[in-house]
Amino acid sequence: MTGPHRKAALSEPVLLRGLLTGAALLYLGVFLFVPLAAVFAQALEKGFGAYVAALREPDALAAIRLTLLTAAIAVPLNLVFGVVAAWAIAKFEFPGKSVLVTLIDLPFSVSPVISGLIYVLLFGLHGWLGPWLDRHDYKIIFAVPGIVLATVFVTFPFVARELIPLMEAQGTDEEEAACVLGAGGLQTFFRVTLPNVKWGLLYGVILCNARAMGEFGAVSVVSGHIRGSTNTVPLHVEILYNEYNFVAAFAVASLLAMLALVTLAAKSAVEFLRGEVR
Amino acid sequence: MSVIAKRRSVIPGFGPAMGFTLFYLSLIVLIPLSATFLRAAETSWAQFLTTVTAPRVLASYRLTLGASLAAALINAVFGLLAAWVLTRYRFPGKRAVDALVDLPFALPTAVAGIALTSVYSANGWIGRFLEPRGIKVAFTPLGVVVALTFIGLPFVVRTVQPVLADLDVELEEAAACLGANRLQIVRRVILPPLVPALLTGFALAFARALGEYGSVIFIAGNMPMVSEITPLLIITKLEQYDYAGATAIASVMLAASFLLLLAINGLQWWSARRGGAA
Repeated sequence: MTGPHRKAALSEPVLLRGLLTGAALLYLGVFLFVPLAAVFAQALEKGFGAYVAALREPDALAAIRLTLLTAAIAVPLNLVFGVVAAWAIAKFEFPGKSVLVTLIDLPFSVSPVISGLIYVLLFGLHGWLGPWLDRHDYKIIFAVPGIVLATVFVTFPFVARELIPLMEAQGTDEEEAACVLGAGGLQTFFRVTLPNVKWGLLYGVILCNARAMGEFGAVSVVSGHIRGSTNTVPLHVEILYNEYNFVAAFAVASLLAMLALVTLAAKSAVEFLRGEVR
Repeated sequence: MSVIAKRRSVIPGFGPAMGFTLFYLSLIVLIPLSATFLRAAETSWAQFLTTVTAPRVLASYRLTLGASLAAALINAVFGLLAAWVLTRYRFPGKRAVDALVDLPFALPTAVAGIALTSVYSANGWIGRFLEPRGIKVAFTPLGVVVALTFIGLPFVVRTVQPVLADLDVELEEAAACLGANRLQIVRRVILPPLVPALLTGFALAFARALGEYGSVIFIAGNMPMVSEITPLLIITKLEQYDYAGATAIASVMLAASFLLLLAINGLQWWSARRGGAA
């Protein structure tokens, strides 16, 4: 076996490597990088003053407040659920476990539009509980509770699906030791389990938050698009865009794009730290 | 450790954790989802069939399925290439490029929608090069394919990447020693173990594309019979207070997603088994 043949058989020629890298970057460029850059370019098209003005407009501020509120309710709910579900699934054996895991993942395979529709069918005026809610003057659909519910649904699996494999991989030996030595359930969780899974937990929360703040389809169905009251940031982008107010639409969109970039940076940082700890 | 020993685990909290998991899962996901099927069952079978096979609805299935398939195929080919370049080659900025692959998971779909529309419209950054050559992307079915490609981009890259990174280089060296050239090694040694991951990524991208709404509606133009996707049709029916119609179409979509979910679970099981055996 000669040297040059082996080398040639283990890698591509330099020219081909360059071509393949170029093709991959072109693909990522036309679908990812160029559109991302376009958001910021369009937002700043009429200068920085117009950009800031679009963000300080009262309806935009109201949309930002509603989005923050929605995420502040939905993320903690799904965080608690994710931790509890992962505890039950990863630390104990029981029949039907894989079915339960599949059911938890279900919201990921449902179209966002349908995620909103199911709540309209339950709580809307023509829904099952609608007439009762209407008589007692509770508003869920076309109001904030519906937006929160739809957001909880679409972000439901994020924390659980991040924690379950992680906690399963860590086994139960440490927890068993802690319990045998006299620690209570909560003490065991906070002192033993949580430190072991903190990066995975943070990872799940970051992704859950990004989706909660950015959800469009599901929220669009239940919101009713009332400016200043049931309009989240993504819905506000749509309204501005449909009014041909492109600079304002892209200015508000750039906030969400920055959130996405921060999310990706945090995700990479957590991945890096998780690698360091291992 | 036997199953029985684990059931009599010293770790506390199984009862309450399981109870809460099932309660929250039923409340947020299972009951609302099954309510949709029950609502669909309220309409007569004949009525249901007429709704879900109306010409405009059939046209929307064709577009949604066709565009999702095209987008998933583009992502399978170029996603494999991107995964290859990102694991095997070195180039400046590789870490940032790698992190940005996840952008479609983090960027709200509405932002993606308006950004792609502006880039691919006649006077957009990319559209202005395509338009003179007679290629219209924005406001045509081709625009739907572009949006769905964006949405599904990370799936193939992220399923293939870890398998590619874990491939034993010694296998390639052995093949080289036995006289195989580079093309033979790529075709016979490297590609076969990637197939399950590639198929899983393809199926995930396809499933995600089927239900997508936010990124598509801006770029599609939404012409009935031509560029109208099925999720949009559900929204249109809802806006006309045709709850029965919206529910009927939604239950067809839900059934399709659940079938795909089963297929994906099967693929993942196969790919785990293949990975374990290798």
